[in-house]
Amino acid sequence: MKTLKSTDELVKLREDILSGKRPSDNSYPAPGRVRIRVHMGTSGIASGALDVYNFLVTELEKRNISGTVIRTGDMGYSFAEPTIEVTRAGEEPVVFGNVDTFRADEIIEKFIKNGELTDGIIPANFRTITI
Amino acid sequence: MSEKIIKLMVCSGKNCSRKQGDDITDALKLELEAVSLENKVQVVRTACFGLCNAGPVVKVWPEGTIYTGVSPDDAAEIVNEHILKGRKVERLLYTDPATGKKIPDEKSLTSLKKQLRIVLRNCGITDPENVEDAIAHGAYLALAKVLTEMQPEDAIKIIKDSGLRGRGGGGFPTGLKWEIARKNQSDEKYVVCNADEGDPGAFMDRSVLEGDPHAVLEAMAICGYCIGSSNGLIYIRAEYPLAVQRLKIAITQAREYGLLGKNIIGTGFDFDIEIRYGAGAFVCGEETALIHSMEGLRGEPTVKPPYPAQSGFRGKPTNVNNVETFACVSPIILKGADWFSSIGTQKSKGTKVFALAGKVNNVGLIEVPMGTTLREVIFEIGGGLPKDKKFKAVQTGGPSGGCLTEKHLDTPIDFDNLVAAGSMMGSGGMIVMDEVDCMVAVAKYYLDFTVEESCGKCAPCRIGNKRLHELLEHISKGHGTRADLDRLRNMSVVIKDTSLCGLGQSSPNPVLSTLDNFMDEYIAHVDAKKCPAGKCRDLMQYLIVKENCVGCTACARVCPVNAISGERKEPHLINQSVCIKCGACYEKCKFDAIIIQ
Repeated sequence: MKTLKSTDELVKLREDILSGKRPSDNSYPAPGRVRIRVHMGTSGIASGALDVYNFLVTELEKRNISGTVIRTGDMGYSFAEPTIEVTRAGEEPVVFGNVDTFRADEIIEKFIKNGELTDGIIPANFRTITI
Repeated sequence: MSEKIIKLMVCSGKNCSRKQGDDITDALKLELEAVSLENKVQVVRTACFGLCNAGPVVKVWPEGTIYTGVSPDDAAEIVNEHILKGRKVERLLYTDPATGKKIPDEKSLTSLKKQLRIVLRNCGITDPENVEDAIAHGAYLALAKVLTEMQPEDAIKIIKDSGLRGRGGGGFPTGLKWEIARKNQSDEKYVVCNADEGDPGAFMDRSVLEGDPHAVLEAMAICGYCIGSSNGLIYIRAEYPLAVQRLKIAITQAREYGLLGKNIIGTGFDFDIEIRYGAGAFVCGEETALIHSMEGLRGEPTVKPPYPAQSGFRGKPTNVNNVETFACVSPIILKGADWFSSIGTQKSKGTKVFALAGKVNNVGLIEVPMGTTLREVIFEIGGGLPKDKKFKAVQTGGPSGGCLTEKHLDTPIDFDNLVAAGSMMGSGGMIVMDEVDCMVAVAKYYLDFTVEESCGKCAPCRIGNKRLHELLEHISKGHGTRADLDRLRNMSVVIKDTSLCGLGQSSPNPVLSTLDNFMDEYIAHVDAKKCPAGKCRDLMQYLIVKENCVGCTACARVCPVNAISGERKEPHLINQSVCIKCGACYEKCKFDAIIIQ
């Protein structure tokens, strides 16, 4: 990426990422794909989020599921770490709490493949701002 | 396997499951089986919805109907009416307490949600190690707007008008701080980000730096443009390795993209940021001590004035702001001062992040508009206290703050109200305590911390806090008298009045606020030599009630010092001279035969 030289270039770069012209892992999942955010701040990692992340990355590939796994900071749900957010194309994101590799397996098989929910979902209880 | 279309989400947060949340799940499953819909409709348990007062909660997904106050007997009606006939069960819909209206679905419920995320807007959303992801979520747009469309004075005016106050603890108006730093002429100025988060139990700055480092970098550059500085420094404690690592990556990437460094996005403005490490001393969160620590000197505060805005880092004008304060800046620039000042109370605008900890179900980070009450934070967002324990106090503001009690629960939280109630905002730690926490022990714990963290430069803090701690130790051992309580109060006031910096000026707060609010507990310690909460080991003993003891020997087996003796099937006895009061037997006994006296 070359250095941005003007505001227009910054705005254009943003539009390209948002519209999918520029490849970005974190964009809204394209049809047939799934986006998983693993919340990996200090408290997430301390509770085992790294294992979950590695598991998801290898298992998605093994099970032929097209999608991306992204590392982010914590959401603040310290009572239910590690947490992951899964977004299936065309659907609202769903946050799962207390995820270990066993639960991650269940989430892949039930939710990602079939859209079935599993126990331990954390309902979004906040409003947020968008820029 | 066919896709299940409708899902019933049953809250299994600790509050709701106590009110039969699990039985509801089973009842719903049974009802669904009765109408052979178990393959079409799925029942799952979820974490807390934040509607604990109205629980147990059942949500129908994907349409988002929320039923509250559900009991297992309602399962049949939900299945027959809602699932089979598609009619909502009106009587179970959530009622908005303000208007008395029924809320049909979750979308209408959104406006009732207590939390509003401005500082944490991108935490858990963006990849902190990918600047393009940050850009996609709106990073650096505010910087571009300020650099190309505004004069520094205009940007400062927006921050001033927004009413943003420093989130580190003191609550000094940020815009005013920037204006003072701008007016002081110098060849060099510095922008410092205070990421030395030292309050026990507070971790909002760490979460922001780990989740959204670009928000801080961008705001520092905006501040640099406003005050006329091209040097930024982040003072971060070395105990935050992940935050440091992500900051380093963020700075490198921002430089690559021309968002930091020379000639930022072609505007001719230069600004670069370096990281300085702190060794984790609490006093280094005080701005003058922080600056000395960055200069390589001992982390000791100096008398203000001169303020850092006049003579700070290397004697140059320096603007010090907290991480959370910086994280508020970009949204204010983009959405305007009016938007920000419409949130919050008259004198405290915007939102505040709190780290909920202690005896509360949903431990974690929350962000609420200023003016939200403690009751809403603890009992709705926090999900109440575990194990049905009674709420006793909440400690806000860390070692500099105080304990607030039941009578403060409905106080709207803002800078001034908390100070008026005898505590302070601090950086936003909130530690909830229940009936088994001893307030003398709590005051002693915080004093222990300040004694350890006092830099020792001024006598009132170095000697006074030590004496305060000794007095509390004395009282909790059962040697205290009424005169000691007066001595505690007098000494606290003197320390507050005469200490050099914020640490000493606020360190007696935990003592004063517990004296004010829990005088009866102090009196019980000095007069009756009893600890009502059963925490002070020297004032209590474990006893076996002969009538209840069945002689199961469970307590004797679990005792680490073999203080319990007795024949099988005969009442046991605790040898008080050997007992170390660990409480293991108390936990183990199933017959309520062991009591604390």
